Amino acid sequence: MRVDGKGRIDRSATRSFSFAGKSYQGFAGDTLASALLANDVRLMGRSFKYHRPRGVLTAGSEEPNALVTIGSGAGQEPNVRATMQELYEGLEARPQNAWPSLDWDVLEINDLISPFLSAGFYYKTFMWPKAFWEKVYEPFIRNAAGLGALSGSDDADKYDKAFAHCDVLVIGAGPAGLMAARMLGLAGLDVILADESWELGGRLLSETEEVGGQAGSDWAAGVAADLGDMPNVRVMTRTTVTGAYDGGIFGALEKVGHHGPVPNGAPRETFWRIQTKRAVLAAGALERPIAFANNDRPGVMTAGAVRTYLNRYGVAPGRKIAVFGNNDDAHRTAMDLQDAGVEVAAVIDSRDDVSVPVDAKVMAGARVVGTKGRLGLREIMIDTGRGVRPLQVDCLAVSGGWNPSVHLTCHMNGRPVWEPSIASFVPTPGAVPGLVACGSAAGDMATADVLASAARVASDIAADLGKSAPTAELPEAEGHVYAIEPLWDAGGKGRAWLDFQNDVTTKDVRQAAKENYASVEHMKRYTTQGMATDQGKNSNVAALAVLADATGRGIPETGTTTFRPPYSPVALAALGAGAKGKGFAPERLTTSHAATVARNAPMIEAGLWYRPSYFPQAGETTWRESCDREVGWVRDAVGVCDVSTLGKIDIQGPDAGAFLDFVYTNTFSTLKVGKVRYGLMLREDGHVMDDGTCARWGDTHFVMTTTTAAAGQVMKHLDYVHQCLRPDLDVSIVSATEQWAQFAVAGPKSRDLLNALLDAPIDNESFPYMGCGPVSVAGVAGRLFRISFSGEHAYEVAVPARYGDSLFRMLVAQAEALGGGAYGMEALNVLRIEKGFITHAEIHGRTTAFDIGMGRMVSSKKDCIGQTMAARPGLVEDREELVGFRPARPTGKLLAGAHIYPLDGDAVRERDQGYITSVAYSPTVGTDIALGFVRNGRNRMGEKLRMMDHLRGEETLVELCDPVFVDPEGGRLRG
Amino acid sequence: MVKLIAKSAAEGLLPVEVAGVRVEEIVAPLASLSPFQGQDAALGKALKKAHGVVLPKAGQITQAGEVSCHWFGLNHVMLMGAAPDASLAKVAAVTDQSDAWCRVRMTGEAARDVLARLTPIDLRDAALPVGATARTDIQHMSGALTRVGEDVWEVMVFRSVARTLVHDLTTSLETVAGIAEMRSA
Repeated sequence: MRVDGKGRIDRSATRSFSFAGKSYQGFAGDTLASALLANDVRLMGRSFKYHRPRGVLTAGSEEPNALVTIGSGAGQEPNVRATMQELYEGLEARPQNAWPSLDWDVLEINDLISPFLSAGFYYKTFMWPKAFWEKVYEPFIRNAAGLGALSGSDDADKYDKAFAHCDVLVIGAGPAGLMAARMLGLAGLDVILADESWELGGRLLSETEEVGGQAGSDWAAGVAADLGDMPNVRVMTRTTVTGAYDGGIFGALEKVGHHGPVPNGAPRETFWRIQTKRAVLAAGALERPIAFANNDRPGVMTAGAVRTYLNRYGVAPGRKIAVFGNNDDAHRTAMDLQDAGVEVAAVIDSRDDVSVPVDAKVMAGARVVGTKGRLGLREIMIDTGRGVRPLQVDCLAVSGGWNPSVHLTCHMNGRPVWEPSIASFVPTPGAVPGLVACGSAAGDMATADVLASAARVASDIAADLGKSAPTAELPEAEGHVYAIEPLWDAGGKGRAWLDFQNDVTTKDVRQAAKENYASVEHMKRYTTQGMATDQGKNSNVAALAVLADATGRGIPETGTTTFRPPYSPVALAALGAGAKGKGFAPERLTTSHAATVARNAPMIEAGLWYRPSYFPQAGETTWRESCDREVGWVRDAVGVCDVSTLGKIDIQGPDAGAFLDFVYTNTFSTLKVGKVRYGLMLREDGHVMDDGTCARWGDTHFVMTTTTAAAGQVMKHLDYVHQCLRPDLDVSIVSATEQWAQFAVAGPKSRDLLNALLDAPIDNESFPYMGCGPVSVAGVAGRLFRISFSGEHAYEVAVPARYGDSLFRMLVAQAEALGGGAYGMEALNVLRIEKGFITHAEIHGRTTAFDIGMGRMVSSKKDCIGQTMAARPGLVEDREELVGFRPARPTGKLLAGAHIYPLDGDAVRERDQGYITSVAYSPTVGTDIALGFVRNGRNRMGEKLRMMDHLRGEETLVELCDPVFVDPEGGRLRG
Repeated sequence: MVKLIAKSAAEGLLPVEVAGVRVEEIVAPLASLSPFQGQDAALGKALKKAHGVVLPKAGQITQAGEVSCHWFGLNHVMLMGAAPDASLAKVAAVTDQSDAWCRVRMTGEAARDVLARLTPIDLRDAALPVGATARTDIQHMSGALTRVGEDVWEVMVFRSVARTLVHDLTTSLETVAGIAEMRSA
C-alpha cells in the first residue's frame, strides 16, 4: 500500500512491469520489491528446500527470500534480489523454484514431510545403493531444491572488466562512507567511493532522522554534490565491493545495465579490480531477525526494512503492523509508521522495562511465538508471560539487533571479535592490511558515533598517507544509546527459521549439535546454514548463538564460520569478461595467413600461432592424400613453408660467443661468420630444453632460432642466464622473431626457385650447406640460411615482415611453376620423421642429450648449463634411447603413445621397454615409420618387439632400426 | 622485374573511430638499442648527436621532433621515427624492429577508460604522466603503453597479434561508448 507524502519515488513517472505474468505499476525510484509491496503482493518466492511461501524479508542485498528471474531467453538472469532490482518500464520478473505457480506449488509437499528432510537427511538416506546417488537421487534433489536456472543458451549479453587505482577506497556511502570520502577528498587524496545502491546515503535514505539540522537524506545529497565537484573523487554507484584480496586489491561489481534498456556495446556488468593504498569499510550493519515458530511467512520482515519501505519508497508493507524486538531501534519503526498514519497494532519487546512513545499497545517482557496465514501473515501469537494470545496483523516488523557488516574483513581469513555491548561481532583491526572499518560496520550504532568514527578514521588515513584532512566539523546527529538484550530464539510450537535462503531452522542446528557436529564449521556443512550466495548475512550470528546454547558454550568460544568472497553474487560472465570467444587468447598470425586461408588450408594452433595443416587440392578427399603429395613435392621438386613462427633471437656483443658456449652444449665461439650450426640447450637439471640452429651473422652478432612453442621459454632462460649467472658477459639479447617473415624453400629445385627471385644468383660454392648471409630478394634486403629440416637441399629465406605476404605468394607461384608448391605442418612432420629429426615430441622434458643420441654434443672442453647435472648417476646409464621403428609387416600400424614390450610374456607395465613418440606414414618408405625410445635401444637394432597400444587396443610387431629412414648419408642435403 | 609489396601490421584494420576516440596505426622505423657494458653515456651522446634525443630513464620517453626514444626494458631502449645512425652500433647492440611491432595511437577523452579495460597498470596522471611509458599487459598480450599527450596514448604489441589488438580495442571502445550512452540516457 502506498503512503501519501512519503518516499523518494517520483510519483510523476509511472513504470509498468510484470511479475509472474501479471502486470503492475510502480514508480521511478522503486525497487521491484517495493513496487510489489505497493501493489499488495506479499508472496514473492518459494523456499529452497520446503517450498514454503515466502515474502520479502529485507530491503537490501542481504535478501534471502525474494529471489526472482529477470527477463527471458538466452540472457535471463536468475536469483536477482527483488530488493536490489531497480524498477524500469517493461521489467519482466518471474518467480523461481515454484511449479506450476507461486500460489500453488506441487513441491510444497516437501513442507508436509519436513520431519524427514531435516539436517543430515541426505547423508543418512541417500547412501544406498551407491550407484543411485549420481544417477537418481542427486538429479532429483537438484531438480526439487534450488534456486533459479540459467537458460542453457549462450548469453548474448556483454560483460565487461576494468581496472581502477586510487589512494583510498571507501566501501559504502551511508553516513560513515560519505563523511570519510568527503574528508579524504578534501585532503587531496584520490578516492573511490563505491555503493551498491543507485543513490548515495545508505540508511539515511531509509530513516527520518536529521543530520546537521536537515533531513538525513538532504545532508547525504549535499555531500554527494560536494563529492561530485571534486575531480579526485570517483563515485561509483550500483557498485558492490565483493572481495578483499592480497596487496590492496579489491573486487567490485558494477551493475551497469540492469536498470533499463542496454544500448549497443554497453555491458550488463563491469567487474572492477581496484588497487588501493588504503580502504575504509563503511558497509554499515545488517539487521537480524529473531527465530520463533513459523517466522518465515510473507509479511514478516525486519523492522529496518519496514522503515525503508515506508521512508524511502512510500510503501506500508501492511495495513495493520506489529513490531517485535529486543532493542530500542525497533521502536523507531513503530514511531515512523504511526507518524505516517499506518496502524500499529502492538509493540512487543522481549525486555521487561521499556517505554515507547507510540499510541499503541506496548507489551514488555513479551515474545512472538507463532504465526498463521498460509500465503501471507494473518495472525501472530504473543506469549505475554501470562499466556499466549493471538493478534490479527498482516505485517510483523522484527528486530533481533544489528550485525556489523564484517564480511570483507574476513576475506583474508581474519575472524571478527565478539562485542557484548551490541551482542554481535565487530571487525578485528588489521584483519585485512590497509583496511579500517568505521561507523556501524565497526559497531558504532548511533549516527553521531558513526560520523565521529568515520571522521577519525579518515583523518588517520590522510595523515598516514602524508596529507592532512581538514578539521572535521561533525554535523549534529542522533546520539541515542543502542540498548539491546540478546534474544535469539523466542520459541513456540513449530519450526523456527534461522537461515531463510537455505531453509535451516533452530531444530536443524540443535540436531547438528546433538549428532556431535558441534564445531561451527561442521554445523554449517551439516545444516547448510550460511552457505552459497547468502554467506550467512541474515543468519550467521543467530545460528551460532543457538549452537552455543545447544553445546553449552559461549558465543565467543563458538566463533563464526568464514565469510568468503564474493560479498554478493557475481556472474561468472563478469569475472571472465573479455575472455569470451576471440577474447580468450590472442591469435598470432603469420604474414602468410591470408594467402594460406585463401587456399583453404585448415589451420592448427602451435602455441598461440596459427599454422596450416595442409593445403588441399581439388579431388583430394583425405588429409593423407594432401600430405603425401606435399611430401613428394619436397622430395622430388620444391616446397614452400612459412617458418616465421620459430623464435629468432638476436645475440650481440663482444662476449656473444662466450655466452652461447655457456648456454649451448656445443661450441659456438669457433663458428665462422657466415656459417650456421645446430645447437642443443639443456636445462639446469641436465635434461634437454630446446634445440635449433644458430647463425654467426657477424663477429659479435649471432642469430639464434628456437622451436616455435619454446621461443618464450628460451628467451626467459637467456635473460635469466645473463642477468643472474653471467652478468660479467658483455652481451645483449633481444627477440627479433616478429621482425622477419621467414620461409623454408626445400627440395632439389629449391636453388632454381630462389635464383628466380634473388637479385644475385647463388650456387653451391657461394652458398654451401650450413652457410648463411645477406641477400637481396626482389630488391629487398633479406637473409638466407642454407639449412634443412627435411633432409633435402633446402634454404630458409627471410625478409622484413612487411614483405612476408608478398614473398610467400611469389615463392608459392614459383614453386608451382617448378612442379611443387606450399606444404603444411603434416608434411613438415613426415619429412622430419623420415630424417630422424627430433622435435618436442622427443625432447619432452624428461630426455637427456645421451637419450637422443647427442651425448657427444655435450662438449667436455667447456662448461655449459646442465652439463654437471646431466652427468648424474641415472642419467648416463641404462636409459631409454632414441630409435626408429618399422612395422615387421608392411601394413603394420604404428601409433604414437604406444608402449614397447618383449615378444614373449604379458604386456604389463613392469615389462615396459619403451614408447613411441612420433609416427608418420612415409610415402617415401611406403610404410608407417616411427621414432621413440627403447631401453638400451641403440644396441638392439634389428630386434623385433611388440608395440601395444592399451588405450586403443592395437598391437603391432615392430623392428628397431636407425632413426634416419631416408638418405642416411645426407647426400641430398649438400646437392 | 618482380617487386615485393609492403604491408603494414594493421593494414586494412585501422583507422577505427568510435564515439570520439580515434585509433590509427603509426608506421615508422623502429630499432632496439642496448648499450654494451659501460657504454650508456656513450650511447646517450651518440643518440643526442645523431638523432637529437637523450637516453630515456626507466619508464620514460624522450623526443625530438619526429624522433623519439622509449625505455623498453632493462638496459634496452627503442628508437622510433628514424633509422638508427651507424654510429650507434659502435656502442650498442642495434636490432631493426620496424616490422616486429604493431604501433597504434589512440586519441580521445575516453581513451583512458578504454585502456582501463585492457591493462592493469595505473593510468592516473601522477602514475603515468605525458612522456611516461610502461611495458605491460594489453588484454592477454604483452606490449608497451606510452602516454604521448593529455588524451593521446600509444599502444604497441607484436605484429602477429595486430588483429587481436584491434579486436580488443574496438570491443572496449564500444563498451565505453555504450556506457556513456547509458549514463546520458
